[in-house]
Amino acid sequence: MKQSVAITVNGVQREDAVEARLLLVHYLREVAGLTGTHIACDTSQCGACTVLVDGRAVKSCTVFAVQADSSSVTTVEGIATGSTLHPVQQAFWDEHGLQCGFCTPGFVMATAALLDGNPSPTDDEIRKGLEGNLCRCTGYANIMRAVRSAAAAMHGTGEVRSTATPAGAATAESKSAATVGG
Amino acid sequence: MAVTQMVGARIQRREDPKLVSGHGRYVDDVRLVGMAHMVVVRSPFAHARITSIDTTAARQLRGVIAVLTAGDFRPVISGALPVTNAFVPDKKQVPDQYPIADGEALYQGEPIAVVVAEDRYIAADAAHLVSIEYEPLTAVTDHERAMQPGAALVKGDRPDNIGWDTTFAAGDIDAAFASAEIVVKERITQQRVFPIAMEMRGCVADYTPFEDRLTLWTSTQVPHFVRLFLSGSLGLPESQVRVIAPDVGGAFGSKIRPYPEEYLCAAASKLTGRPVKWNEERSENLLATTHGRGQIFDIEVAARRDGTLLGLRFTQLLDIGAYHGVFSAFQVVACLVAGGCYGWEAISARSIGVFTNRTSTDPYRGAGRPEATHLVERAVDLVAREIGMDPADVRRRNFVHDFPHTNNFGLVYDSGDYDKTLDRALEMVDYAGLRRRQEELRKQGRYLGIGLSTYVEICGLGPSAATAPAAGVALVESSVVRVHPTGAVTVIVGTHAHGQGHDTTFAQIAADALGIPYAQIEVRHGDTADTPFGYGTYGSRSLAVGGMAVLRSCQKVVEKTRQLAAHIFEAAEDDIVVDQGRYYVRGNPADARTIGELAFATYGAGLPPGMEHGLEAVSFFDPPNFVWPFGCHVCVVEVDTATGAVHIERYVAVDDCGNVINPMVVDGQLHGGIAQGIAQALFEEVRYDDESGQLLTGSLLDYFVPTIAELPDYELDRTVTPSPTNELGVKGIGEAGTIASSAAVINAVVDALSPFGIRHVEMPARPDRLWAMIEEARR
Amino acid sequence: MIPAAFEYARAGSADEAVSLLSRYGEDAKLVAGGQSLIPLMRLRLSQPSALIDIGRAGGLDHIRRDNGTLVVGALARHVDIVSSAVVRDSLPLLAQIAYDVGDQQVRNLGSMGGVVAHGDAAGDYNALALMLDAEIVTTRGTHRARDFYRDMFTTALQPDEVVTEVRFPVAAGPHAYIKFRRRLYDWAIAGVAVQRVAEGWRVGYVNVGATARRGVAVERALAGGASAADASQESSRDVEPIADVRGSVEFKRHLCAVLTERALEQAQAGLSGRA
Repeated sequence: MKQSVAITVNGVQREDAVEARLLLVHYLREVAGLTGTHIACDTSQCGACTVLVDGRAVKSCTVFAVQADSSSVTTVEGIATGSTLHPVQQAFWDEHGLQCGFCTPGFVMATAALLDGNPSPTDDEIRKGLEGNLCRCTGYANIMRAVRSAAAAMHGTGEVRSTATPAGAATAESKSAATVGG
Repeated sequence: MAVTQMVGARIQRREDPKLVSGHGRYVDDVRLVGMAHMVVVRSPFAHARITSIDTTAARQLRGVIAVLTAGDFRPVISGALPVTNAFVPDKKQVPDQYPIADGEALYQGEPIAVVVAEDRYIAADAAHLVSIEYEPLTAVTDHERAMQPGAALVKGDRPDNIGWDTTFAAGDIDAAFASAEIVVKERITQQRVFPIAMEMRGCVADYTPFEDRLTLWTSTQVPHFVRLFLSGSLGLPESQVRVIAPDVGGAFGSKIRPYPEEYLCAAASKLTGRPVKWNEERSENLLATTHGRGQIFDIEVAARRDGTLLGLRFTQLLDIGAYHGVFSAFQVVACLVAGGCYGWEAISARSIGVFTNRTSTDPYRGAGRPEATHLVERAVDLVAREIGMDPADVRRRNFVHDFPHTNNFGLVYDSGDYDKTLDRALEMVDYAGLRRRQEELRKQGRYLGIGLSTYVEICGLGPSAATAPAAGVALVESSVVRVHPTGAVTVIVGTHAHGQGHDTTFAQIAADALGIPYAQIEVRHGDTADTPFGYGTYGSRSLAVGGMAVLRSCQKVVEKTRQLAAHIFEAAEDDIVVDQGRYYVRGNPADARTIGELAFATYGAGLPPGMEHGLEAVSFFDPPNFVWPFGCHVCVVEVDTATGAVHIERYVAVDDCGNVINPMVVDGQLHGGIAQGIAQALFEEVRYDDESGQLLTGSLLDYFVPTIAELPDYELDRTVTPSPTNELGVKGIGEAGTIASSAAVINAVVDALSPFGIRHVEMPARPDRLWAMIEEARR
Repeated sequence: MIPAAFEYARAGSADEAVSLLSRYGEDAKLVAGGQSLIPLMRLRLSQPSALIDIGRAGGLDHIRRDNGTLVVGALARHVDIVSSAVVRDSLPLLAQIAYDVGDQQVRNLGSMGGVVAHGDAAGDYNALALMLDAEIVTTRGTHRARDFYRDMFTTALQPDEVVTEVRFPVAAGPHAYIKFRRRLYDWAIAGVAVQRVAEGWRVGYVNVGATARRGVAVERALAGGASAADASQESSRDVEPIADVRGSVEFKRHLCAVLTERALEQAQAGLSGRA
């Protein structure tokens, strides 16, 4: 039995009848025809399918389209302005933050969400924001650079922010590099 | 207008704007009218007899178009997959592999049936309705045990489980060991790893009846190989088959071979009369896409107490899997290059390929060379430890210095300066200071380790003179350079880029060679319909072989343009000066024609007698030798001895890949390569249940691909020692990082734990493994 | 991977969820954020006949202080818990734990109620609920955490019972949470939370038993005046890990002792969370 969903995708209001089990990522790729959002795992590990639902980054392979009913979804195709790339996209380009490009839409969207909530993240905060996305080509060093560069471009100086982190969060992340076992 | 020098420039990749904005076009983005979806039903057992397959319920599901098994495919797919051990002189067995199991499944994940349905959801449902009865058989799960006489067989009708057994010997190995003052021995395991290209495999097959044509979009490194073998099996002339490798989301060696699903998808399209798409799921990818490594090395090193290396004797046991991977046996190259950067009196290496009831192994980034480097770099550290000498000094003492250098097996290292990269790397890490700090920290009960890896890599596959013994293979590379009437250029290559940035770097080469602005040069690859036969991208060959093919075609174009210029200027060809795309008579630069003007002229009237119209050239480049990048990597770790956790404090790499076309791309290749080596050293391993042969690491939840939080920054520098074997002076860089890095990391971990008497650590250096070793040492 | 088909109904409130659950029967499942359930459904390890989506029910995402109690609504998302000033003041350990759940994307969708109802021993909040003996409030009444976690993925919840909020005692004293794992976003191989409360130390363990575990023996030793190092050795009485690709039973037991000692030291030093 199909359900009717009304979802705004990249500013376009759509109404579609979908199976309840249709994953949001398949809705975006196959119903809305937006193939920029990719699938690279089946256990919610890789983040290639990351999109924004009402402004928050989510893994669209771990959300049913019916759960996004009445929501506004932004995909990687929806953030450039005309032929001008979004600053995050531009920064990934400038800093060679991609190679094969398959994970890139997910990283771009996770980064956009991260910077939206935290305009000048520390390196640890960047790691915390992007821990849910896997890249196999870059070794991540240039992704780190791209995120720093995007933060600087979007918010002026890109200086390291020292406040406004939840207390628990700030301490939690400082341990992360040390307790993660190799 | 002078054209800027492009070769050597750090310019952004032209591939990227479409990729960062979601406009890449990968296989799963291809959607054809009437397209159906295929799902493969796979064996859940490592080894089982298939006693019955009941497809009734699946067929009855609404939306199911076909459920096909081996018997359905026999009439359309003839012969076997191209499985080979071509690279090995002593072949023992080359069992045929049909793309779908017929009666017996030899590995978990082997295709048993396929379902074709209107959409992927229905196909998935139907796959669950295919009812298959199996009789489980004994699974061969350990390649060392599988070699023993009387071992269970991977397949009942095979004589034993040996695929090859071959020995390479150079020099008098017995004399070397007889004259040794010390001998060190170790077992070094190269665990199986998953390549994990972020894009899984997939294909779309569109067979058009009556025309008898097949178009196959597939995620591959080797579109021409796929076409060659697929057309043969499907009984179609090669000219009727078009293979398109569109944007490909990474490969790392795992998309180097024609795969069963490409055959099945193409055949399913033919059998159903529909375009058919197949997408691999990640859990499928871990079973059905080839794995890397899977080798055990038993090594013995003979040396003198002054650090002089004398002899290296080892055995490579390679876990082939149930069938040969297409290039699996290439990894035997480890035997030929295990001497590394060092001079040896003698080397003797035996390689045994052993079948198991597991997924086939095939090249994974480095393919044989990371294994060789890991082996020899561990060996050097073991010697240093044994004689109490600094590992850097043992290396220095044994480096080869005169180039070209012919190694024990006759391979010729083209150029090198190993001291230079070692010196620079040690300077970058402040080696002496680090050693002092290590001492200080040990007094506080903290365990810092410093690991070196000085490597040399064979790449640039490959000179036909060298590969000829492998069934006459010639891994040359091709290009077409076409200058259009307006002066715009299309460069068409036989290699395939899936992250390497060839669209940018090949255009940089062509821009300089032709004197045409970079922006006017387009590079095309991946579509067999418009590219000359090409051998694909692997083995760090694309620049040194493919880039040279581009240069050669450009040179042919320039030659023709020069002839035309001489004709127009009524001058001798020798008097025509070609300067950054401007052609003029020597001494008269003011009166010049640009290549654009001359290109236009080649399409018009007034050509010199005998000159054909148009301006394009085709080249096939057969390199005179391999190329040999080298370098030194240094890893600094701290081991938390209470938990076994390893923290990488610094990672420094000084590499030399000859001349550099685009430093940004070179650095990026190194980053990714190093990351994969670190991943193997610390995180990743494919694990199977010993008894049943069932995969235990069946998802990315249990297989620890590192995230951005686990990997360090990479501090890079380079030296430039051009290769004398090609006019670009280039080597390769796609695999260097991986080849060097696992040894640097493990040497650092062992160095950190040396106060416990630990002299070797297997990969991955997991926390639980290190903790257990430390506990054992403390007892 | 494609989940099996199911019926779908959206609940506007906890009560509506209850009636939908009864209507669709025992094979129906409640979904909030879905971050644990949907991957299982994709692998077809879970094939509910119906999903009752409570994700947008009203009035369940509250976070408030109620005298000595921190009340967290079942639909409070991890991300909301991380950034809540009330949580930071009332139970900062909870904010820290929430920040260590999953990854950014998971924290945006996953919820307090989802973690508690799933009852996963690896679920980060369950150890905290257990060690503080939080109250798990449902549509049928209130469970004490000590009676709630029954077995692997098994809780005291009835099929048609819906968690509405979790009530934690306020505790702002020394605390620490250490989660040992291979990768930053992995489930814990072993995790330990420690919290100083008026009566003494509370200790909880993540993913080293069929359910979350309370460090009863460690707490007792500490109450008896044992040092952090000595008390931590008692953790082997408190945990029952199983061997897997992440480590042996011995290794995990050992980790629990090491992490307990470190957590206690960090908490005492006010260096919450530093390893």
